[in-house]
Amino acid sequence: MRRPGTLAIYAAFYLVFLYAPVILLPLFAFNDGTIIAFPLSGFTTHWFAELAQTDALIDSVVTSLIIAVVAAVLATLLGLLAARAAARTMFPLKPGIMGLIMLPLILPEIIIAVALLVVLSQLGIALASWTVILGHVLLCTPFAIAILNSAFLALDQSLEEAAQDLGTTKLETFWRVTLPLVMPGIVSSLLISFTISLDEFIIAFFLSGNEPTLPVYLWSQLRFPARIPVVMALGTLLLIASLVLLTTAEYFRRRGAARTGQDDHGGFM
Amino acid sequence: MTEAAAPSAVPAAAQLGQTRADRFARWRRGEAARGLTLVSPALIYALLLLAAPMGMIVALSFATQTYLTIDWSPSLANYHEAWIDPQESEMYRALMGRSLAISGAVTAITVLLAFPIAYFVSFHVAPRRKALWIFLITIPFWTSYLLRVFLWKVILQENGVVNSILMGAGVIDTPLDMLFSPDAIIITLAHAWAPFAILPIYVALEKIDRSLLEAARDLGENRIVTFWRVTLPLALPGVVAAALIVFIPTIGDYVTPALIGGGRVPMIANMIQAQFMVLNNRPMGAALAISAMVVVAVIAILFLLLNRRFLKVRQ
Amino acid sequence: MTEPLIVLDRVEKHYGAVQALAGVSAEIGAGEFFSLLGPSGCGKTTLLRAIAGFEELTGGRLTIDGRDMAHVPPNKRPTNMVFQSYAIFPHLDVGQNVGFGLRKKGLDKAEMTRAVGDALTMVGLGGYEKRASHALSGGQRQRVALARALVMKPKVLLLDEPLSALDKKLREQMQVELIRLQRQVGITFILVTHDQEEALVMSDRIAVMFDGQIAQLADPEILYRAPVNRRVASFIGMMNFLPTQVTVLPDGTAEVDVAGLGRATIPATQCAGGARAGKGAVGIRPETLTIGREGAGRVAEGTVEEVVYYGDMTYYDVLLDGAAAPVTISMRNVFGRDVLCRGARTPVRWAPEAMVLFHD
Repeated sequence: MRRPGTLAIYAAFYLVFLYAPVILLPLFAFNDGTIIAFPLSGFTTHWFAELAQTDALIDSVVTSLIIAVVAAVLATLLGLLAARAAARTMFPLKPGIMGLIMLPLILPEIIIAVALLVVLSQLGIALASWTVILGHVLLCTPFAIAILNSAFLALDQSLEEAAQDLGTTKLETFWRVTLPLVMPGIVSSLLISFTISLDEFIIAFFLSGNEPTLPVYLWSQLRFPARIPVVMALGTLLLIASLVLLTTAEYFRRRGAARTGQDDHGGFM
Repeated sequence: MTEAAAPSAVPAAAQLGQTRADRFARWRRGEAARGLTLVSPALIYALLLLAAPMGMIVALSFATQTYLTIDWSPSLANYHEAWIDPQESEMYRALMGRSLAISGAVTAITVLLAFPIAYFVSFHVAPRRKALWIFLITIPFWTSYLLRVFLWKVILQENGVVNSILMGAGVIDTPLDMLFSPDAIIITLAHAWAPFAILPIYVALEKIDRSLLEAARDLGENRIVTFWRVTLPLALPGVVAAALIVFIPTIGDYVTPALIGGGRVPMIANMIQAQFMVLNNRPMGAALAISAMVVVAVIAILFLLLNRRFLKVRQ
Repeated sequence: MTEPLIVLDRVEKHYGAVQALAGVSAEIGAGEFFSLLGPSGCGKTTLLRAIAGFEELTGGRLTIDGRDMAHVPPNKRPTNMVFQSYAIFPHLDVGQNVGFGLRKKGLDKAEMTRAVGDALTMVGLGGYEKRASHALSGGQRQRVALARALVMKPKVLLLDEPLSALDKKLREQMQVELIRLQRQVGITFILVTHDQEEALVMSDRIAVMFDGQIAQLADPEILYRAPVNRRVASFIGMMNFLPTQVTVLPDGTAEVDVAGLGRATIPATQCAGGARAGKGAVGIRPETLTIGREGAGRVAEGTVEEVVYYGDMTYYDVLLDGAAAPVTISMRNVFGRDVLCRGARTPVRWAPEAMVLFHD
């Protein structure tokens, strides 16, 4: 039964399929040629050097980072409160209210983008980074709620009662017991929201005005074949960055899980 | 004396009843109020930036563009043009049909390819290594969506990776024309949404109590029948979730048809974008957006209902 | 009983239409080991949580030490609780767990360390301060929960099914330790349990609860010997119920005629709710019947129908001659006493003084 069965062989092929495009990034980022085709034509770090000199690109990275950080913090704050309400209280119209808040999860992004664009232009508001943030918070909040809701549900309610029983007020209980215990959830929520915002294209495309985010800038560059190797170099850096981020997050998650003695299964998702 | 006592007795009794009702109401109000207070920031945000804009889009879809201004008097002109008008609607309907066909194909392929992988990780990978496998499967998707789609263009294009390898190996003489076709879009989307199909199916499979499978074997069923009669029905909620998670967003995908289809195979999102940003007919764009949403919602609900029925029969 | 510390006056709690507590009245003394015993859903946990302050009463009055507890939050009550799940804070070590509530008491660091150390020593975990809380065994978690509550020096310690998560051996050991601990600290313990044996072993007094009400409140011996109705009787230990016709004599005693045993007179004190003429049921505990000819009391004859061997005990089902259904008899397997076989004929000794008469 432990021989590599058909399924294992299939799994290997599937992984190749999954990784095929991503593997190309570093391959062509270091390839000394402007045409993205085999055979490769020698090693160069030229494209990375060019990357560092492209001001518009650096500006867009900065814009994206600012948007992603602000959106992640806001979405996590909104999510923290809403998830607490969803996990611990009953209130009138709960399914309807939660349904509306979670709606962006299944709404095509283009609909959100178009709807916000119409409202903003009707109100005569100029498009800028903060209008992108408005859209991204809307998009990220349901993810934050989903993550934090399960964090609250996993938290034994008698822990909070025990704290209160031992003389702490509700606020102190939240600070001394609830917050430390849902912290892994908060960190995942921040990370997921940050990543979603950083990667989001459509809403940013509609709402960023003349402050392009990284994906919007990339989009504009994809039309020029000469720029492709630089894009590949950038993609390589992004891949490395997200790998480092993911591994760090996974490390902290496992350490947190070990510290609180929880069973360790699964990753962020 | 009796007269004096009588009036005071009535309010006293009423008061007693009231305080009890009051306390109960206070208890309920307490929790409900706390819940509503906590949820209100997210709710107000969603009302202002989701519900209100959606309402506006609905209103806009009934308006008409007259040169540079918008005529807000409600009319069905846009919907008529999109769905009924003999000449104009043909293009829109074809676009909607193509979007649905591509999305449906992507959904079917993605879920079919994903199931064996989810099954493999859940049933054949040692418990200690499961997290690693899920990690391995999700890593490629932490790169930019835009770049991943673009990389498929690099793979499939005329002087791209596939053609250069095949020609270099002498398999073909002239490059294959793979790009700018619905097939190319389908492959790209099936790749882009793979983990979103694998994860729900994996979670559903993980939830299956392994002793159920042993019970089925114990009752004399072989592996294949056990899979068919026990594993699959129990995994079905995950499969349904996977299908919806892939279907709903792909129908509104903008990037892939634009990059991989090269403008020759547009989908509904490309048309909506064009109406808003190029053709400057926002009411028409709004009508198309609402139409697409309604179509997707109807299909999703039908799919769920059919499944509920199917599941009931099964159980 | 000494001065009542806790007074429950017709306390009620309902959730919508569901009545969890339907008018419970009781007085619990200072230094008493008091148990709330009943099946799940009887309201015992709700009552405990109401005393702790986690449930607001919808009717009646609860006072602790003379103070009305209405609208007093849990953190302001002189009670501390050992939770069923123990609720050990997973992000804190053992010492931090035990010292959790002391922060509010305005102690300096040295005093706090000493208090924590003393509390841990008291529960047999001296020197465990720096242990990670998730590395503890079930029994150790329970001790930490105890120390954490006792270090607060509450007037009342509330225990919500504290032993239910432990295995049988450890549970019996902890029962003894809890009794010792309660004598040592001298405060009121209120224990919620569904385990009648646990309640009998540990309590000064027991309130048996059904359907949100106290069915009987008494010390363990009275509860066992003179249950007020069949429901209480069958919840506490095992009891045979034999149908009978009842005649009331002028002195208040009841004369019964039980198939298989014959006529007997039951003293008025053994008649639950007073003797009444007509149909009734006689309750006999298995251990008050004896197989064999030796000993006091009257003798009946019967046939052994079933033998269940427990090691220290043997349970027999014996069909008495003339009876419709067998009675269960338990015998200690003392040295030299043979275990009977199925089908054996045997005399059965019984005493009217060990009978209880029920009318429900």
